[in-house]
Amino acid sequence: MANKSRVLVLRTAGTNCNVETAFAFTRCGAHVDEVHLEELFARRVSMKDYHIIALPGGFSYGDDIASGRIFANELRVRLGEDVAKFMKDKKLIIGICNGFQILVKAGILPGPFEVGAKTIQTATLFNNDSGKFEDRWVHLKTSGECVWTQGLAKTIFVPVAHGEGKFIPASKKVLDGLKVKGQIVFSYVAADGSKPVYPDNPNGSTEDIAGLTDPTGRILGLMPHPERHFLATQHPFWTRLKKKSRFGDGAKVFQNGVDYVKKNLL
Amino acid sequence: MIWRIEIQEKPGIFDSVGNGIRHDILDMGVASVQAVRVVQVFLIEGDIDARKAGRICRELLVDLVVQQYTLSDCPVKARAHKGLSEVEIAYNLGVMDPVEASTLKGIHDLGISGVTAVRTARKYLIEGDLSPKELDIVKDKVLMNKLVQHVVKDPSDSFRSLAINRKEPAAPGLQPASVKLLGLSDKALIELSKKGQLYLNLDEMKAIQKHFSSLQREPTDVELETIAQTWSEHCNHKTFRGNIAYTCHEDGQETTEIIHNLLKQTIVKATHTLNKPWCVSVFHDNAGVIRFDDKFNVCFKVETHNHPSALEPFGGANTGVGGVIRDILGTGLGAKPVCNTDIFCFARPDYSFDKLPSGALHPKRVMKGVVSGVRDYGNKMGIPTVNGAICFDDRYVGNPLVFCGTVGIIPRNMDKKRVRKGDLIVVCGGRTGRDGIHGATFSSGDLTHESEVVSSGAVQIGNPIEEKKVLDVLLKARDAGLYTALTDCGAGGLSSAVGEMGSELGARVDLELVPLKYQGLNYAEIWISESQERMVMSVPPKNMERFKQIFAAENVDFAVIGSFPGTRRLELFLNGVQMADLDMDFMHNGTPKITKTAVWSRPAHKEMKAECPVDLTAKLVEVLSDYNICSKEAIIRRYDHEVQGGSVVKPLAGPACDGPSDASVLRPRLGTDKGIAVSNGINPRLGAIDPYWMAASAVDEAIRQIIAVGGNLSQIALLDNFCWGNPDKPDRLGGLVRAAKGCHDLAVAYGTPFISGKDSFYNEYNDKGQSIAIPGTILISAIGIMDDVTRSVTMDLKQAGNLLYVAGVTYDEWGGSAYAATYGVIGGQVPVVRSREALALYAALSKAIAKGLVASAHDCSEGGLAVTVTEMAFAGGWGAAFLAKSIPYEGHANRDDMILFAESNSRLVVEVAPEHKKAFERIMKDVPCQLAGQVLVDEAVFFYGLKDNLCLKADIHSLKEVWKRPLQF
Repeated sequence: MANKSRVLVLRTAGTNCNVETAFAFTRCGAHVDEVHLEELFARRVSMKDYHIIALPGGFSYGDDIASGRIFANELRVRLGEDVAKFMKDKKLIIGICNGFQILVKAGILPGPFEVGAKTIQTATLFNNDSGKFEDRWVHLKTSGECVWTQGLAKTIFVPVAHGEGKFIPASKKVLDGLKVKGQIVFSYVAADGSKPVYPDNPNGSTEDIAGLTDPTGRILGLMPHPERHFLATQHPFWTRLKKKSRFGDGAKVFQNGVDYVKKNLL
Repeated sequence: MIWRIEIQEKPGIFDSVGNGIRHDILDMGVASVQAVRVVQVFLIEGDIDARKAGRICRELLVDLVVQQYTLSDCPVKARAHKGLSEVEIAYNLGVMDPVEASTLKGIHDLGISGVTAVRTARKYLIEGDLSPKELDIVKDKVLMNKLVQHVVKDPSDSFRSLAINRKEPAAPGLQPASVKLLGLSDKALIELSKKGQLYLNLDEMKAIQKHFSSLQREPTDVELETIAQTWSEHCNHKTFRGNIAYTCHEDGQETTEIIHNLLKQTIVKATHTLNKPWCVSVFHDNAGVIRFDDKFNVCFKVETHNHPSALEPFGGANTGVGGVIRDILGTGLGAKPVCNTDIFCFARPDYSFDKLPSGALHPKRVMKGVVSGVRDYGNKMGIPTVNGAICFDDRYVGNPLVFCGTVGIIPRNMDKKRVRKGDLIVVCGGRTGRDGIHGATFSSGDLTHESEVVSSGAVQIGNPIEEKKVLDVLLKARDAGLYTALTDCGAGGLSSAVGEMGSELGARVDLELVPLKYQGLNYAEIWISESQERMVMSVPPKNMERFKQIFAAENVDFAVIGSFPGTRRLELFLNGVQMADLDMDFMHNGTPKITKTAVWSRPAHKEMKAECPVDLTAKLVEVLSDYNICSKEAIIRRYDHEVQGGSVVKPLAGPACDGPSDASVLRPRLGTDKGIAVSNGINPRLGAIDPYWMAASAVDEAIRQIIAVGGNLSQIALLDNFCWGNPDKPDRLGGLVRAAKGCHDLAVAYGTPFISGKDSFYNEYNDKGQSIAIPGTILISAIGIMDDVTRSVTMDLKQAGNLLYVAGVTYDEWGGSAYAATYGVIGGQVPVVRSREALALYAALSKAIAKGLVASAHDCSEGGLAVTVTEMAFAGGWGAAFLAKSIPYEGHANRDDMILFAESNSRLVVEVAPEHKKAFERIMKDVPCQLAGQVLVDEAVFFYGLKDNLCLKADIHSLKEVWKRPLQF
């Protein structure tokens, strides 16, 4: 176990994609623990024993008040020092769907994260323009510099399943900063690669933004679910495709995280 | 002090919630509405200053990137003026609002103490010149349900106090109230049953009277309530288990028989006859259990939640999903839910407002509410909703049907439970409130326009996150072996759950130990409340220490409320005073057997008279846009159908992800290729002709959907769900008997045992002396085990040039068909099931699919072959040509429309690549299966009639558009 990447899949009331997220990392050769937040509060488990923190999808605390808000405050207020240290140690964080909402609402993305910062959020994920929760597959264009997206195909196909995924930056300045620093790593595109309209951009996100990294490229947050296209048979029309691999478009994301740890942290 | 916080979107930020409400208002025919903005209101009570209150706003309640807020310590003045109406809606006292608890937690996380209560409300700013009458429509029909919410007339009211525990707790030493029963006349007994909402009949009341006479005492109120719950139709299934004197009039003949226990004579009998070794637990636990693989079993249960959904669609459907999930949690020592399936029956969404029975909600509102309720619970629990169906018929106007099903997996050594003497009774999860009083008995009577008044306590709102917490902690406690048995708190609440668990050993409960949402409940309310998200367990005292640790680590509440002492009595205490002392044997075996009368006469329906149109294209368009056939994509997408990662065949198929799949296939254990296929069969239209063949057709449909995706008959289990009108009326009961017989015969013929089921009666709506009964409706749900899910096939056409086969024979059967409905008739000949032929066909087709010879397959059901082929074509993005004279047909009508639109059972359309033609035909050589068409590059469907006439030609894109349009919302 000593030479394995260690992944902490954090969960709390309402987290519900922890099992498949843990499955993805385990399949990529990591040691994974699914841990309840209470264990961290009680100091029975510590972030420092892990290389990767994964915040899975779900409805933490029922999305009450706003999606991810309460979990985000718990990370920021109750575990802020630990999170800052974790990042300083050049470790990795991934937040998927509700996990992305948590990272944004805690100010970890787009970042940089600062304990006790006066302005917490510089962006948000808000109600879809459609006003509805929707489950559908989307095409993502990959760009930017991020540990998690190395070697990914130019466009990947993955599902979204959310009601609050519309990315909105606090200002044009924030948006420009994201572009300059190459922090926009996933954008929605139409199937032919052109500019998307609804439903190809499923929520009305500004500049079709679907996923972000922080300025270091070690933290990834995205609304779509790469863990739901980890296996080839999760593809919605795999029965039409020539069989190539057992794995789907999202698998590489998890492999990248595990490989980075092997190369840099073990 | 109390702070009022109002939050709304900043100017320039799109208010999608307000926009959605504007559409709902327009749907109600209020055209003057121009815009709606939503203001979220929080009221926070406690000893906090403005600085702390401001921090709560900025760091917790408000998203400063997109929202702005006002914070005040006094009521905010209404801004309403001409052209702007303001409506504030809040939950009634005692209705659970999960946001309140989450907000308190969020405030605590910030390190702020002193807050004692939080309440929420929503304020709607409605622009447009609405008349007072229109505003009332908006309030009553869009913004609120008065069973759980109210309009805040004077916001300053809420500044007095938020706390709801104002009522005095029950005085210690309170004595139970006894009910005068002994010596009452028959008339007085019936009166007592009615007044007390006991829903017991005279025989039952007399049995209770006799029992207490022999004890020489009067019952206490809670004793009477407990017996009424235990004996309710909902809990005791009196109709199915009682005696039925059945008369059948058919072809001038009259036959009569006495049926003792219809359930045992039909459904259960089929299972016993088949005696399958892979059936692990049937009919006695919360769900049926069958073998899955060497480590796990799977369990399946489908429940109904009809009466609550009629009154409060969101809450009713929401708690319906919550309830069936708890059934799975409470199966064996606790199973893990892996998917949901939900089936609804509504009146048509374009039902005239003027004709709506008084007190009934409009079907469109019912549908939206039900879909939202299912979406909310399933998605938040993280259980994929993989499959479903919706049927429309105007007779569901007062009684919509909501079927909620859940599949779970459970380790093989965890399927048995046994309470042991001395075990403690532990209740965990949600707290107990006044919600859901009398749900079990209320569903055992008809609905009336007064139901919303007298039964409003029966309505509940669920809290899926609480149940998710219970699920997480239970599986941990299960794996640690900490309890010996568990069950869910469903209808009847603790009364039912504890009564059932203690039926052999007896139980003692100290009611003051039950955790309450608020004070003021009396002992009977605590005992029969149907508050959601609660489970009851029996825990050996030695395990309590470890039990506490696990529950604390997951932040889930529990309480020890009594024990199983082995007295064979049910004893209830409040602060040491005995409130009830009942003999378990009388409760569970004392029900008098009742005999009901059932009559079924074959109705005379005329065959269709109309000539066959020369061009059937317009008919196809009409059938495709039938609400029963059209696309349900808008609803399917509201559900997360992929969470847990197990989906293999999703509900939407094809390159555009919009084709209607047959069964859904998933792998409940990631990392293995063994899987399950889940499907449903339902067609209430057939019951008007013959409920026997309606049931048989539902069985066949459920099974052939599993065959279509690559399953096989070797291990398919069935569930039955009967929803009927008032079984005390002989004609209703006659149909039920026939349907049950159909279930039995087909299950035996196919070798597919029933493993669980449910019934819901009294689905009738009484309005001004008129009774609207639902059409007797049977839902058959099926689950099949698949050895290798990577062999699954989907329904979308794969490649131009491929060959199209029709497997199964078409007969002159368009009785109950969608095509007949386009002429406004039912039609005469109902589709029957020729099970022997079908068995051979299914076996051969399963073999061909397993060998990889089939590119696509689609079940042929409502709308007949024309719809099946069209759906395959537009799902796959290819055209298709079909020759009617090459389709296996045995009939005399010789009409093109019969061949295209008859709804004969046991048929599928199958696509085969030319290179597999020989091998496929060899496997299918002994069954009716003929090459009848081809996949085309040309994106249109062409049907050539019996005389080679081109009788139907249409572009697939326009057909898809027609099919998608009706249910977009």
